[in-house]
Amino acid sequence: MTTIAADGQILDDHAHDADHKPAFFQRWFMSTNHKDIGTLYLIFAIIAGIIGGAISGMMRMELAEPGIQYLTGWVGAGASMDEALHLWNVLITAHGLIMVFFMVMPAMIGGFGNWFVPLMIGAPDMAFPRMNNISFWLLVPAFLLLLGSAFVPGGTGNGAGTGWTVYAPLATTGSVGPAVDMAILSLHLAGASSILGAINFITTILNMRAPGMTLHKMPLFVWSVLVTAFLLLLALPVLAAAITMLLTDRNFGTTFFDAAGGGDPVLYQHLFWFFGHPEVYIMILPGFGMISHIISTFSRKPIFGYLGMAYAMVAIGVVGFVVWAHHMFTTGMSVNVKMYFTAATMVIAVPTGIKIFSWIATMWGGSMTFKTPMVWALGFIFMFTVGGVTGVVLANGGIDDNLHDTYYVVAHFHYVLSLGAVFSIFAGFYYWFPKMSGRHYSELLGQLHFWTFFIGVNILFFPMHFLGNQSMPRRYPDYPEQFAYWNEIASLGYVVMAVGVLIFFVNIAWALVAGRKAEANYWGEGATTLEWTLSSPPPFHQFETLPQIK
Amino acid sequence: MLKTPENWGKNKVEQVMTHYVKAWILALGLILTPAVATAQDALPAAPGAEAAPAEASVDAGAPAAEAAPASGLDPALYTPMKPTEGVGMPVDGGLDFQPQVSETGKQAKWINNSILLPIMTVICLFVLALLFWVMIRFRRGANPEPSKTTHNTFIEVVWTVVPVLILLVIAVPSISLLAQQFEPAPEDALTVKVTGYQWYWGYNYPDNGDFEIISNMLTEEEANERGEPFQLAVDNRMVIPVGKPVKMLITGADVIHSFAIPAAWFKLDAVPGRINEKVLQIDEVGVYYGQCSELCGARHGFMPIAVEVLPEDKFNDWVRANGGTVKGDEVAADESEDGAAEETASDDTTTEGAPADAAAAAN
Repeated sequence: MTTIAADGQILDDHAHDADHKPAFFQRWFMSTNHKDIGTLYLIFAIIAGIIGGAISGMMRMELAEPGIQYLTGWVGAGASMDEALHLWNVLITAHGLIMVFFMVMPAMIGGFGNWFVPLMIGAPDMAFPRMNNISFWLLVPAFLLLLGSAFVPGGTGNGAGTGWTVYAPLATTGSVGPAVDMAILSLHLAGASSILGAINFITTILNMRAPGMTLHKMPLFVWSVLVTAFLLLLALPVLAAAITMLLTDRNFGTTFFDAAGGGDPVLYQHLFWFFGHPEVYIMILPGFGMISHIISTFSRKPIFGYLGMAYAMVAIGVVGFVVWAHHMFTTGMSVNVKMYFTAATMVIAVPTGIKIFSWIATMWGGSMTFKTPMVWALGFIFMFTVGGVTGVVLANGGIDDNLHDTYYVVAHFHYVLSLGAVFSIFAGFYYWFPKMSGRHYSELLGQLHFWTFFIGVNILFFPMHFLGNQSMPRRYPDYPEQFAYWNEIASLGYVVMAVGVLIFFVNIAWALVAGRKAEANYWGEGATTLEWTLSSPPPFHQFETLPQIK
Repeated sequence: MLKTPENWGKNKVEQVMTHYVKAWILALGLILTPAVATAQDALPAAPGAEAAPAEASVDAGAPAAEAAPASGLDPALYTPMKPTEGVGMPVDGGLDFQPQVSETGKQAKWINNSILLPIMTVICLFVLALLFWVMIRFRRGANPEPSKTTHNTFIEVVWTVVPVLILLVIAVPSISLLAQQFEPAPEDALTVKVTGYQWYWGYNYPDNGDFEIISNMLTEEEANERGEPFQLAVDNRMVIPVGKPVKMLITGADVIHSFAIPAAWFKLDAVPGRINEKVLQIDEVGVYYGQCSELCGARHGFMPIAVEVLPEDKFNDWVRANGGTVKGDEVAADESEDGAAEETASDDTTTEGAPADAAAAAN
């Protein structure tokens, strides 16, 4: 802002203090700075991740042995067995919703997206900084509503025990009490937050690229966030509509999903999965973007087949909208519909394969080093391949008849999410942490974190394929003795993984307290995007003079 | 209203106190402090609750008549068959699918094990080998100067076209399997109507006087007594004839359930307000277990499915034992009629029949 003093001299009170930071409350609670908001998102995601991870720990504890061991204790004295079993459903619901809406999405899109999209396109900030702020602050009440729902009646016991899919009629007539209403409102708020964020990213990326940065010169992470933002913008309103109909079915006597009034429970599933399938790509696409940067940086080689990589993501996004009913193969659809969704789903393997092979081709001929972000990225490529091939198995409607809703599905989506999306989040975190904080983490602890986590999650999730082959259904608090062996091993894997996560937190704490100061481009010549031209951490406001892209 | 097994699993509690769970609690201590605290509260109480020693070992050789006193049906006509260990049920530590006893099941298992699994394994090993190769060959020590190659049209076309071809190889048997699974039942096929309730199953036989079987999970003691696996065993099984296509009509009474028989590669949702249809044909006599496969509330995990497949004459005897009518028995059928059939059916289902009927009527 330029003001002119009485004597006519121009007093420019901002131009020379790009690093002027507002006071604490103003900075962190009324923030309009994309980097601060990104930091808030990352802190939020970490907190939500701890809660969601602790819930999965409770689940693996209960499942370690046949029989109901802990649920009766957790639900409290005087509660019936049914209330204890309901608590189980509350746990699986909360784990799913927290990890999807409050951990992976805030970390990838809110956290890394906010931090690095403006930096990579050479923009001073996001297009709508205040909208950016409300995007974040809508998430907080959303999360509180979801957590709060666990303490109010939800049918058989306290909390929403509907599964993260919130299928009617279990979520309508099957769950009386305010818990499910609170969970629905939580999703409304989280959805609104994401839609606002998506509008912000699309506007920023389409309008605020530095001079000379055409779409085809844009870094792949920005491409991935752009595609993700479009998926969010198109998919989330459908979720909002579906859960609004749930809400009116529950409270205002409508019968959208009740056959007695002319509705159809399967309609809800179509609406949910029309959102839900793009949602799984929303969770993985930004990861694809980050992995591309990391592979390129540590191979000291530009990405192989850049255009193919960018348009593979666009293709995944487009095809992702026309495959939703493969989540519903057992709902009783006709043979032609099932054949179509089988074929369409398998098509997605093609652009995904292009990405995997392009990453390998990027490394081919490179000069590779194996720093922490790179080992996470390599782990990602292999684990995502494993999760991808089991996806091709599940895509076959005829095969899925046996595997649907078994642990095979649980194994599949944890390989692409817990070992895919989460690996890419850790990879990105280690890649950019010194850039964001200005401090280096311990390379030793980073490697140790990778190896314990990698071994842990594989022990945890690989046996689930066998449980699924043997037809152990999902969402069971207890199981016949015949499933005991692999369940015990899976629970052991959780312990190993949890140790890995502890190492991660020790590493972060150590870095913040005693970490070596990070220079501007600490990865060297392989790191070529614009964020490496700035100091670590970057100034509070950057690119007041826009960079020129050749 | 159900046989409420308040002490499910309590005789397992001793097993919990192993060194391994203690390690667990230690490892999780930091992030799970409140949860662990309640768990430890619960633990000391549990051994006091006691229970019969877990004699889950099933003596497969035991005579069937002794093993099954509780069916409540005329033993001259029907005694529940004993399950065969490892057939129609999971095996501890098992890796593969359950042995398949239907044509489509065999076909599907073959597609998975002979086409999909080898392709998957090869793809994963191929990617792993490439990763190891680049990590060794193109590490900085071995290749200090990176190449600048960023395009190679030929290789890009190859890795687009080859996956398409692989998918075509998969698609052909997969689509034909789908077609096979959707073959309609012949006109004269036996019809069984399956209804999912919270939390048990009901089986109607409209071709045989429309009697209803209500099927609840057995408690651990009852299951052990009958020599059946706990959490899979039920009091009254669904019974069908062997080697004949059965038209399954599946619906839900309250929320969505899912009727599954893994050994027959069969799973279809029980959706309230819809009647889903699918043919079930099991070619081997035996008992086959399944479990509800769509989240349906608190006792979702405790409404198993047990299907007993019998030779036609024994199936007819079972129908008669339930007061149902069998084609060709017209004289007998005239006498007993519907009223008698229903009465017998609700007799043998004890009190659980009442709420079920009410629910069905309400539906």
